[in-house]
Amino acid sequence: MKCGIVVFPGSNCDHDCYHILKKVLNQETHWLWHKDNADLSSFDLVVLPGGFSYGDYLRAGAISRFSPVMNSVISFAKKGGKVLGICNGFQILVESGLLPGALMQNHTRKFICKNVYVRVESTHTPFTQECSDKSVLQIPIAHHQGSYYIDPHSLGDLEEKGQILFRYCDAEGNITDSSNPNGSVSSVAGLCNAQKNVMGMMPHPERCADPLWPNVDGQSIFKSLITQS
Amino acid sequence: MLAQIHVTFKEGVLDPQGKTVHHALNDLGYDEVLDVHIGKYLEIKLDSVSEEEAEIRVREMCERLLANTVIESFRFKLVSTE
Repeated sequence: MKCGIVVFPGSNCDHDCYHILKKVLNQETHWLWHKDNADLSSFDLVVLPGGFSYGDYLRAGAISRFSPVMNSVISFAKKGGKVLGICNGFQILVESGLLPGALMQNHTRKFICKNVYVRVESTHTPFTQECSDKSVLQIPIAHHQGSYYIDPHSLGDLEEKGQILFRYCDAEGNITDSSNPNGSVSSVAGLCNAQKNVMGMMPHPERCADPLWPNVDGQSIFKSLITQS
Repeated sequence: MLAQIHVTFKEGVLDPQGKTVHHALNDLGYDEVLDVHIGKYLEIKLDSVSEEEAEIRVREMCERLLANTVIESFRFKLVSTE
């Protein structure tokens, strides 16, 4: 699988994603610089990594979506190319309109950095097909603007089309208010577009995918993508 | 010309900062405070543009970049600086 990792000014999880894809999972992996209008036609996957692109000024992801590389990413996605946005990458995807809804300040008004549990809500996507349905993954979050918002009508639409891929839950997989760390609507932690080739999630699977660390729950997402290509 | 722009959350979108300040004001004894909305205020200086043009272009700036219209609404005033 040929992977590209986009580097924005302020990206800080780009090397983690590169490490997992290239060194742990042995995939051909390239950097994509934000100023380049790159030709992505030969790529199988583009990752928008976590971080604080453009300092999160105005709103997280608001400035990055106008980077030259995003024109390439948007046309890549429109042609069916797979795009994975993690944390700040998810924020950029909603700002660019590739994913519906918006990401707002956490309801606690604090930056939250901790391990959380998410439940796999759909396995019929290239991002989750290696996961077991309703399985619980432990993946860390680290964000200040991760509270997912969408109007109730569109939320129903997402449910119906199986676009909600991950929900925050407790260790047993129960969706409760106390297991929702940031006040996201319907505990949404990750979702995909209707075509199922663009996925955004707030938790960081690249931070739990190297076997040097006891938790490798994040691997199932990358492995799903590799199996697919 | 100066564009004075206010960006605030839409009705029905939870505003955790506004809610906290609301509680703080009530705690300080300002019982008349019913609701607080916190937003952004931007001032944009414009050069060599007519008021009609500015009206169109500032609206476009708000829709494209300054506000996320999924969650925010905006309003603005154009003020002559001459």
